[in-house]
Amino acid sequence: MNLYLGIDVGSVSTNLVLIDDNQKVRYPYYLRTRGRPIEALKKGLIEMLTSLGPGTKIKAAGTTGSGRQLAGMIVGADVVKNEITAHAVAAVSLIPDVHSVLEIGGQDSKIIIIENGVVADFAMNTVCAAGTGSFLDQQAARLGLSIEEFSHLALKAKNPVRIAGRCSVFAESDMIHKQQMGHSLPDIIAGLCDALTRNYLNNVGKGKDIKPPVIFQGGVAANPGIKVAFEKALGVEIIVPEYYSVMGALGAAILAKEAIAEKERTEFKGVALINSEFNTSSFECQGCPNVCEVIELYENGLIKARWGDKCNKWTDALNVYQEIS
Amino acid sequence: MKITFPHMGNMYIPVKALLEYLDLEVVVPPFSSQRTLNLGIKYGHEFACLPLKINLGNFIEAKELGADTIIMAGGVGPCRFGLYAQVEREILTELGYDYDSLVLEPPDKHLLQFVNRVRKIIGANSWWKVIEAIKFAYEKAYAVDLIEKNVQYLRPREKKVGIVDRIYNHTLATINEAQSYQSLYEATNLGLLKLEQVPRKSDETVIRIGLVGEIYTLLEPFVNFDIERELGKLGVHVTRSLYLSEWINSHLLMNISKRIKPKPFAQLAKPYLNYFVGGHGRETVGYAVGFAQEGYDGIIQIAPLTCMPEIVAHTILPRIREDYQIPVLTLYVDEQSGKAGMITRLEAFVDLIRRQKGNQQKRRAAQ
Repeated sequence: MNLYLGIDVGSVSTNLVLIDDNQKVRYPYYLRTRGRPIEALKKGLIEMLTSLGPGTKIKAAGTTGSGRQLAGMIVGADVVKNEITAHAVAAVSLIPDVHSVLEIGGQDSKIIIIENGVVADFAMNTVCAAGTGSFLDQQAARLGLSIEEFSHLALKAKNPVRIAGRCSVFAESDMIHKQQMGHSLPDIIAGLCDALTRNYLNNVGKGKDIKPPVIFQGGVAANPGIKVAFEKALGVEIIVPEYYSVMGALGAAILAKEAIAEKERTEFKGVALINSEFNTSSFECQGCPNVCEVIELYENGLIKARWGDKCNKWTDALNVYQEIS
Repeated sequence: MKITFPHMGNMYIPVKALLEYLDLEVVVPPFSSQRTLNLGIKYGHEFACLPLKINLGNFIEAKELGADTIIMAGGVGPCRFGLYAQVEREILTELGYDYDSLVLEPPDKHLLQFVNRVRKIIGANSWWKVIEAIKFAYEKAYAVDLIEKNVQYLRPREKKVGIVDRIYNHTLATINEAQSYQSLYEATNLGLLKLEQVPRKSDETVIRIGLVGEIYTLLEPFVNFDIERELGKLGVHVTRSLYLSEWINSHLLMNISKRIKPKPFAQLAKPYLNYFVGGHGRETVGYAVGFAQEGYDGIIQIAPLTCMPEIVAHTILPRIREDYQIPVLTLYVDEQSGKAGMITRLEAFVDLIRRQKGNQQKRRAAQ
């Protein structure tokens, strides 16, 4: 069986997906990045590669997410794509006539408007991360609840309270205030869900033409409270797809499948990855007042890539070295 | 007297030429860097927009090189930049940086008051010499823009990324050093010749994007994360709504030079916005319409966070997007912005345009 690998290295989670020739998901894998993307990626890859059945072959690999460059260099990706394109591609593959994609992840929230199967418009949160997964995580931890318990509590609310959702710090003070006033926990959590959707629609969704079918994906889509709040605010049915949490990786896998059709052979390193050791180190370049932080990636002790310098002095130096050797 | 002025892209080249033509001593501040910004953030007001912070940093760094007089643009109208010269002077005085300053703005009381202020700077130079100096400075600005437009055309087409920019930087340096019309023309022509020789890709499909927005964030690569170079790498031929020489010609020289024809932006903006909203709000709308009518593939608006005129324009752009079916992206920058986030948006935007074009071609082929 031919398989195509998609990897999404995000701020909160690292996801892997394998799809077959019919774009059917064979292996969805979701794990927390925990600030160590290389480790998370390796752990996921090893588990995935060792669990593959006999006769299967990974034909191509694609990466996306904020760690896409790093992941792409480590595994040898055939395509490295931004998360907006990846999410849109995945949404269209599941619901071909989808019009609006709401995506809320760990630190990003985005809206994608799709016309005739391609992206027509999009927006991403800029300077504010209120209402993304990290904040919900924090609040659940503060209340001593798991994120799963936390998200289901909202559905038990009778009278959601009004919470200021513009800034996550103030939202938290507001929640504490409402607690001390004696409001019930479900009412407060439901109020928070309302506030977050309001914030999302007023900032990210501002001026965007949201029409059904609307699909809601990203880690936060696991939270039924937010889904209900969206349905209330928009007055349309919200579809949460089966693989909502790994849609970016699914998109990357589909893009990898597209990319390999136009290439002779894959860059994917395959099983060799299991025995490779990857390290990064960084230093501050003192060449000019920009003091760029330059990052270096090593594979088995050999330098593989450098990035982070504005003037490309270090990046270029490495390329020259590779051309000579 | 050692005169300095804030950086804004390549503006230092004509301004330096102007002042040196008048035999004045000039201190060009070091190019804006992270240090410049850090100084500005430390001493500027948190909610002021990015230009104020970088200006402040520029002045502090110029002081370290011995500058004692500032030339700064002012302005009237709803954009707060008009007040920055005064605010910056206050902040600098409080910090103990002793500066004399000349604010160039439309005189509010007497013309004579303005003339006297200028006289203080130019000293014994005759007005005729001042006119000659402006001419020479304008010629430099024109040369810089000519080179830059070629560079914008070539960036998405060069075979090996970076060659065009190396020629560009070198040519800017030689234009900056030119002391006479003769050496200026030599530098410009040599630059153009070199650019012509750059090896080009044969098969790449280049898309065209019009860059509109606030003047400072448009012209200063340090604050816009080198957006033009990044777009060039993605295969985009960028055209800006604003070029230095065009701006000088229309705002300071009352369109004396007939070599360039700016778009009638006020006319183009009329169906959407028929009022001067300050800053470059009306230009943004007008040029967006102009680019759309000329068949550009997309429009990117860039502005400093909290910029009022650009927020007005931002709310109008969705209607232009609708009317002309052209993709539009708005980017705000401030000291919190990160380059990675911006690259993600640019990549997604270029992807969007390419996939839409691919779709249209497929549909046309099917018909």
